Amino acid sequence: MAARNQPMREALRKALREEMLRDERVFVMGEEVGKWQGTHRITRGLYEEFGARRVRDTPISEMAICGAAVGAAMAGLRPVAEMMTINFAFLALDAIVNHAAKIRYMFDGQFSVPLVFRAASGWGDQATASHSHAPEPIFAHFPGLYVAAPATPGDAYGMLKTAIRDENPVLFSESIALYPKPGPVPDDEDYLLPVGEGAIRREGADVTLVAWARGVEWSLQAARQLEREGVDCEVVDMRWLRPLDMDLVYESFRKTNRCVIVEESLPMYSFGSEIAAGIQEDMFDYMDAPVKRVSAMDLPLPYARDIELMALPDADKVVAAVKEIV
Amino acid sequence: MDIANGAALPDRDTLLDWYRQMVLIREFEETCYELYEEKRITGVYLHLYSGQEAVGVGALAAIEPRDHAITSYRDHGVALARGVDPGPLMAEMMGKRSGVSGGKGGSMHLASREHNFWGGFAIVGGHLPLAAGIALEAQYSGRDDVVLCFVGDGSSNNGYFHEALNLSAVWRLPVVWLIENNLYGMGTHIVEASGQPLLHKRALAYGMRDGGRIDGQDVVAVNCALDEAVAHARSEGPVLLEALTYRYRGHGVSDRQYNVRLKDELEEWKAERDPITRLGACLEEAHPDSRPAMSALEQAARDQVLAAVKFAEESPAPDADDLVRNVYVE
Repeated sequence: MAARNQPMREALRKALREEMLRDERVFVMGEEVGKWQGTHRITRGLYEEFGARRVRDTPISEMAICGAAVGAAMAGLRPVAEMMTINFAFLALDAIVNHAAKIRYMFDGQFSVPLVFRAASGWGDQATASHSHAPEPIFAHFPGLYVAAPATPGDAYGMLKTAIRDENPVLFSESIALYPKPGPVPDDEDYLLPVGEGAIRREGADVTLVAWARGVEWSLQAARQLEREGVDCEVVDMRWLRPLDMDLVYESFRKTNRCVIVEESLPMYSFGSEIAAGIQEDMFDYMDAPVKRVSAMDLPLPYARDIELMALPDADKVVAAVKEIV
Repeated sequence: MDIANGAALPDRDTLLDWYRQMVLIREFEETCYELYEEKRITGVYLHLYSGQEAVGVGALAAIEPRDHAITSYRDHGVALARGVDPGPLMAEMMGKRSGVSGGKGGSMHLASREHNFWGGFAIVGGHLPLAAGIALEAQYSGRDDVVLCFVGDGSSNNGYFHEALNLSAVWRLPVVWLIENNLYGMGTHIVEASGQPLLHKRALAYGMRDGGRIDGQDVVAVNCALDEAVAHARSEGPVLLEALTYRYRGHGVSDRQYNVRLKDELEEWKAERDPITRLGACLEEAHPDSRPAMSALEQAARDQVLAAVKFAEESPAPDADDLVRNVYVE
């Protein structure tokens, strides 16, 4: 397939634009998505191309942005609502959790809620405690919602298209740190990556590294370093936190019998806990070592650069965790 | 106390139809109350509409079938006035598969897509931005549908109210925000909860039409005010208005002290302002031959609710397949 090398930011923009061209019902709403061109420039140029009807600047009203997106989706539109940062989605947690995720079930299928909440996520830019989260597992807790978290520009492109075309509500997390990173983006307007399907990023025989979004990058770096030391890592990119592709994890684990889980989020009640629980429940007979978790430290994040980075996971911490179990 | 307050009186058939709806709602609600006491309706949430019938009936008579209605958890009366069959509504109370929401929503989550009744919603204020979104779809698609959003006085003080009303004003969305001010958010009186207890006055702050405060126990006055509000919403944008009303059965059925706590006030509202009594008196005065027709409607309401109870009790409960169905669109 023909592809162009583009940063994730451009891949997301391209997906949004193409889906808006393809389907009149798709529209964008959020804070500064229009005239400002998007805080992270994901919607750059869309206001000029599609106008104020389809690229809708909103007041700073997260509850109303998310709630109105739910109503518009129930009525037949396909809103793509942007949370400038995922931290602000906490203000709209009720609209996302109690309404978007539950309306189909509560009314026994009378309504569907085909929308996407796009949210810029992550930490590491001295954004300080209230603006530094990778809280995707919170949203993945709730049935009724899908949670997407792409690690590459190509995936961001194909997963956003899938999310927009899906009939269910999707929380689409975009890692701010990955926005500028380039990668191949397919030249195919119908490039759709199935909901809930993970990917093997690197094949290996000794240890399975399970990650998503930025964790994939740290895992691949760690794998390259460990290769020099004779340890062969397989890297599984989950891509979706819900549904969770445990079959893919198990397939890899049956081969390696060892696992390290890598995530940007906090450690308690986390993605890591979930994967580890699944492995011990379903793969007990294949386990040759304890399952290890690498996550952020269990802290609010400070401002000062020197200590902020101490709290974050990185490739070195992944290497250290792998060495504990091989 | 008269009704209509100077407004032109609709014809006899219209008044009788409103009477039919109001006695049906009262009968349905009082039956729900009895069924709950007898544990034939279970659960912890059942918020009855007795006393507030004129608001739902008068307001919904002002919109067309293509228009939209949405409300809070005090939703039985709105569902009935929107024309939803009492059988599947009662079945929902009893958690039956034949309920409007398959027995999975309960009293607070009634809806009927085919009636453009978008639901009862149980989180205070949660349905307000949904109303804005439903109105946005109509505007976006170039239709002139209106959304009638019932708003409890209690929800006027949470963030959803502010954000949804402001957004509707900024985007000129076709929403009628109708506050049903029954004076209490659970047990807290409106004057203890709102710095400005004349809730309709907030329209000024949002830059939208102020539809004023109306007598919510007067079905004709409600309908007359809503006709104007709906016309404005259809052509110009959002309207906020407030119907002063009263609930006869406390916040919910678990509120067992309301008739002690509010004894005098409750008796006064029932004796002097009951919306059904007032409409009945009005009908008899304007059309002295109406009594037999009204009696027939009262009997029909009793029969209809009895049939609904029978339908509900004879319906099967949902099963394990229903439990896991409709989490997602598969």
